[in-house]
Amino acid sequence: MELKIIEKRVKERQRELLEIKKFNDTEIQLINEELQKDYQKLIFFESRENDEAARLNIKDLRSKVIEQQDLVKKYLQIRYARLVNKSAPKIPVLKNALAAFFVGGTICVIGQIILNVIVINGVPNKEATTITLMVMVFISALLTGMGIYDEIGRFGGAGSIIPITGFANSIVSPALEYKREGYVYGVGAKVFTIAGPVLLYGSLMSVIIGLVFFIIK
Amino acid sequence: MQSKKIGKQTINYLHPVSIVSFASIVGPKEGQGPLGSSFDYILADNLDGEKSWEKTEQKMLEHSLALALAKKNYLPKDLDYFLAGDLLNQIVCSNFTARAIGIPFLGLYGACSTLVEGLVLGSILIDGGYGSRVGVASSSHHETAERQLRFPTELGVQRTMTAQWTVTGSGAYILEDSPNGADIVITQGIIGKVIDLGQANAMDMGAAMAPAAADTITQYFKDTGRNPEDFDLIITGDLGNIGRVLCQQLVLQSGYDISKKYSDCGVLIYDPAQDTHAGGSGCGCSASVLAGYLLPQIIEGKLRNLFLVGTGALLSPTSTQQGETIPCIAHGIVIQGNR
Amino acid sequence: MFENIFNAFLIGGIICVIGQLIMDLTPFVITPAHVLVGYVTSGGIISAVGLYEPLIKFGGAGAVIPLSGFGHSLAQGAIEGAKTKGLLGAIGGGFEATAVGIVAAILLGLSMATIFNPKG
Repeated sequence: MELKIIEKRVKERQRELLEIKKFNDTEIQLINEELQKDYQKLIFFESRENDEAARLNIKDLRSKVIEQQDLVKKYLQIRYARLVNKSAPKIPVLKNALAAFFVGGTICVIGQIILNVIVINGVPNKEATTITLMVMVFISALLTGMGIYDEIGRFGGAGSIIPITGFANSIVSPALEYKREGYVYGVGAKVFTIAGPVLLYGSLMSVIIGLVFFIIK
Repeated sequence: MQSKKIGKQTINYLHPVSIVSFASIVGPKEGQGPLGSSFDYILADNLDGEKSWEKTEQKMLEHSLALALAKKNYLPKDLDYFLAGDLLNQIVCSNFTARAIGIPFLGLYGACSTLVEGLVLGSILIDGGYGSRVGVASSSHHETAERQLRFPTELGVQRTMTAQWTVTGSGAYILEDSPNGADIVITQGIIGKVIDLGQANAMDMGAAMAPAAADTITQYFKDTGRNPEDFDLIITGDLGNIGRVLCQQLVLQSGYDISKKYSDCGVLIYDPAQDTHAGGSGCGCSASVLAGYLLPQIIEGKLRNLFLVGTGALLSPTSTQQGETIPCIAHGIVIQGNR
Repeated sequence: MFENIFNAFLIGGIICVIGQLIMDLTPFVITPAHVLVGYVTSGGIISAVGLYEPLIKFGGAGAVIPLSGFGHSLAQGAIEGAKTKGLLGAIGGGFEATAVGIVAAILLGLSMATIFNPKG
């Protein structure tokens, strides 16, 4: 008997929900409470029903109630997201971009100067590049250990993440951080938290390119 | 007969529960903030002589409880129960503090709403007559939270404009059953529902928590029939700049204008010049601001009463990575002065 | 001499600005790990179609030091390996070319962790 009432209510509600935008907050809250009650009752009926066909019927009705609940939820979420977007603080895009340009550019200039000095001393270009990268990695590791690199990062954003110094920072900082959890499970396991994905997808990319060139050769 | 429960969610304490003593400890950054001079103790640096930040946070929690007890010449054994919580996995700081003091202990987790949750429950214990003296405390530490919930502290990341700064701080409170004329009395509490309006950005907790706070605030006014004018101050725990504005708007949509009375602990604790972006957060935020800044004003009579709403984002790094939205909760407590 | 320093500044700066704009202007939450992964893979792909080498010719360290340059080394190593050593070279060539840098970074991580404590 009560089942019939719920069935009718669900149908009526289906129509009402088409115009959900017209309801005010209190009304939506009432609908929500009604939905919750219906849902709980249906679960109760479903568990007591012995007839297979009737049970499937109730289950069907219950999934309709879930759908309606989702609909109300989605509506509220979208409405709130709009409010959040309106009051979101502006990202200082220009300032951030200039900072990234300056910091990233400066790091590369330091690298270029080191490279120039090494090349002037007669080292072939390829080896000189490798040595430059190692020196940059060392400088970054040292700055990370001294607690300076994260301050540069706070200002420079992508400008300090993207250079190889940022990669070194992403290896040294978790190693440092998890020292207190021991050298195996702390430093050893956590050292690749951020660099791990880079190496994984780097090798995937490298092997795919290698295979492509192997095949077309 | 007066009821112990009003409306849907509000608790009405029939026996006066008073906060007889309280203490706050904060880290150096909070010490340099606008409320710096009001805290009992400021850590020298983020380690304060300990070996790890976790240890520092635990000592801070223990120390603040000891300070609160010492102000009334109590010993830990004078407490009937100890209620505490923090942000670390399995609330270890509270557990270790409870191990150190050795009295019956209930560990709480309500994220940053833990302090208010503790005060509500502690008052229930006393009002129900199950004890006469309860200790409530909570803590958070910027570095421990950062490494557990976000990135290694030395990683060079740019914080987003909506990010909040986890407060290094703790607060401890001694609740007592006191029939006559205490300075600070807890008269009502409200237990919140978990609310989730689909926000998933863990770098914007204020926006996620605001609907929960708004729900609790409006529910309280509906339950009791009171209105914002009855309070000298309505203050949320740690919504920060962004959540504060949203919460105010949501409450206004429900028909209550709190704008004249409303503030937020996370906004008060830092100066905008301190580059915390959206303000403070963490269990220690409302815990230290209530003990350091708000309750002294009640004793002095500058505030007659206040409605503190602790807000918590109930997420974990795992749930965030799996793309879940952030469920949030807010509990409230009404504190009354005697002057 | 000074020209290549200026070029390094320009190219390095531009590469970093692109990353910053992706972080700021897209609605997704992008962490450093996402940025690094994106730069290594896209750097490798650009390199494979032959467009990264000219960038290095012009920008020098400005194109080598950003992590897209690391992707370039991985890709060129694999291509080189595929040409000279066949299948095994295609698989291992990328790491052969970059092994020095990776090992250096890991071991420096270990030694810095031993020497310093995190400051927060």
